[in-house]
Amino acid sequence: MIQLISFYLFASIVIAAAAMVIFARNPVHSVLWLIVAFFNAAGLMVLIGAEFIAMLLVIVYVGAVAVLFLFVVMMLDIDFAELRAGFVKNVPLGILLAVVLVAELVLGIGAYQAGAVKLGTPDVGVATASAAVPNIEAIGGLLYSKYVFLFETAGLILLVAMVGAIVLTHRRSHGTRGQNISSQVQRRPEDATRNVNQPIGQGIEL
Amino acid sequence: MTSFFQNLGMNYEAAWFTATIAGILLIALPLMLAVALIIYSERKLWAAFALRRGPNVVGPFGILQSFADGLKVFLQETIIPSASNRGLFLIAPIITFTVALMAWAVIPFADGVVLSNINVGLLYILAISSLGVYGVVIAGWASNSKYPFYSAMRAAAQMISYEVSIGFILICVVLWAGTFNISGIVEDQRGHIFGVINAYAFNPLLFPIAVMFLISSMAETARAPFDLTEAESELVAGYQTEYSSMAFALFWLGEYANVLLMCALNAILFWGGYLPPVEWAPLYVVPGIIWFFAKILLMFFIFAWVKATVPRYRYDQLMRLGWKIFLPISLFWVFLVSGYLMFTGHFA
Repeated sequence: MIQLISFYLFASIVIAAAAMVIFARNPVHSVLWLIVAFFNAAGLMVLIGAEFIAMLLVIVYVGAVAVLFLFVVMMLDIDFAELRAGFVKNVPLGILLAVVLVAELVLGIGAYQAGAVKLGTPDVGVATASAAVPNIEAIGGLLYSKYVFLFETAGLILLVAMVGAIVLTHRRSHGTRGQNISSQVQRRPEDATRNVNQPIGQGIEL
Repeated sequence: MTSFFQNLGMNYEAAWFTATIAGILLIALPLMLAVALIIYSERKLWAAFALRRGPNVVGPFGILQSFADGLKVFLQETIIPSASNRGLFLIAPIITFTVALMAWAVIPFADGVVLSNINVGLLYILAISSLGVYGVVIAGWASNSKYPFYSAMRAAAQMISYEVSIGFILICVVLWAGTFNISGIVEDQRGHIFGVINAYAFNPLLFPIAVMFLISSMAETARAPFDLTEAESELVAGYQTEYSSMAFALFWLGEYANVLLMCALNAILFWGGYLPPVEWAPLYVVPGIIWFFAKILLMFFIFAWVKATVPRYRYDQLMRLGWKIFLPISLFWVFLVSGYLMFTGHFA
């Protein structure tokens, strides 16, 4: 009973929030609706017993990705009139995209109903949800034994992507002076200040 | 507690529902009272550090000062700036406050006394505390004002920076305990050092990250010396600048509930949670909840001590500490701890 109520609650909020992402006029509102959608999707994950995935969804997407989204979108200076002016021009492209997406959806569902495709990896087992074995142990046991090669490859690809992003965007700026922390820490009062007992009416040599 | 309500003649679902609601109230209401008293005690501590008297007028020793402040704030007019984004402006303090309360659901107060003993308790706390930044960011943006917006930018960058190293520190602890369940982590600390001392912090391999976690938790709650989001000398009051009345009070309550949560996490992860400090039978006469609260208060004293004595960091120093010092060290420590556990066959 309570599972059913929660499922329909989470599911309807996910769909409504996803719709609001598109319909909201203010992009900041869109990002916030997206966060609501992520959060309720995590609720759905909890309902099917995948609590580890649910927590990862919240930590990674809500806690990190969406914060950066919000960070960027908040700083944009958006002219709403200009946004609406471009609408007519982009309608054909939008319709084309929608048609392609619907076609893919229909194809995907059709293919799924025709039977699952055997991919390259042999069918060695799946992580089963059970109350006795925690999610993390089930996933970890599979990830670090059967799929360890694929897992580490994925890690390497991410590392290369990270290094690549830094190499592409990092420019050594000339003419700016950075902070030298150790020299700041080592500086003592006697290096920078001196006490003088100056006679009245005379200037001071700096 | 479910069985207690079942004995009153309810069926299982109704009893579970009532027990959960009762549990939430049993945590949230005393927490609010604790926050009021902790604000009072912190003001007394700062006063003592500065050789002042602190609040001493309302009630005996001024102990009712926080309640008088609360009443005052409650009777104030709520001012909503006309240029602000009205809905988000009002939601922001509610988010901060709610999120600060939500995380307490998985904190074990004594052996088996926990609202929800879930397998991924530590991840839940990480997830919920990462939500906390939204209250600040939304408040800063919705105020539609210069200084709150600067504050929101700073908060977003600061929280993300320190969450990275906090994540690695938690991984070290989880590797050692072998579980994400918070009660499991506390139980794993029973007799951790020579079967006598109940705390990870006395383990030489884990002590450095205990210190790092204490510093990171100050940065994560935006407390001094990392209170750049509400630096009075630069940003008026940061994201709270445009707030008044109950909205302002909610920010305060939420902030201090977060500080208490971080103190509780420090106590649980490194100082043995509800266990007595030493494995000695007479110490078990004192109930676990007393030990737990004593540890939280000790941690809170350290927080207040630091706030009263250490000057505020510059922003570039804050970022340098997070990314160039804590991140490499905590990453290296994950290697070190997992290597040690593999070498000694901890889980073999």
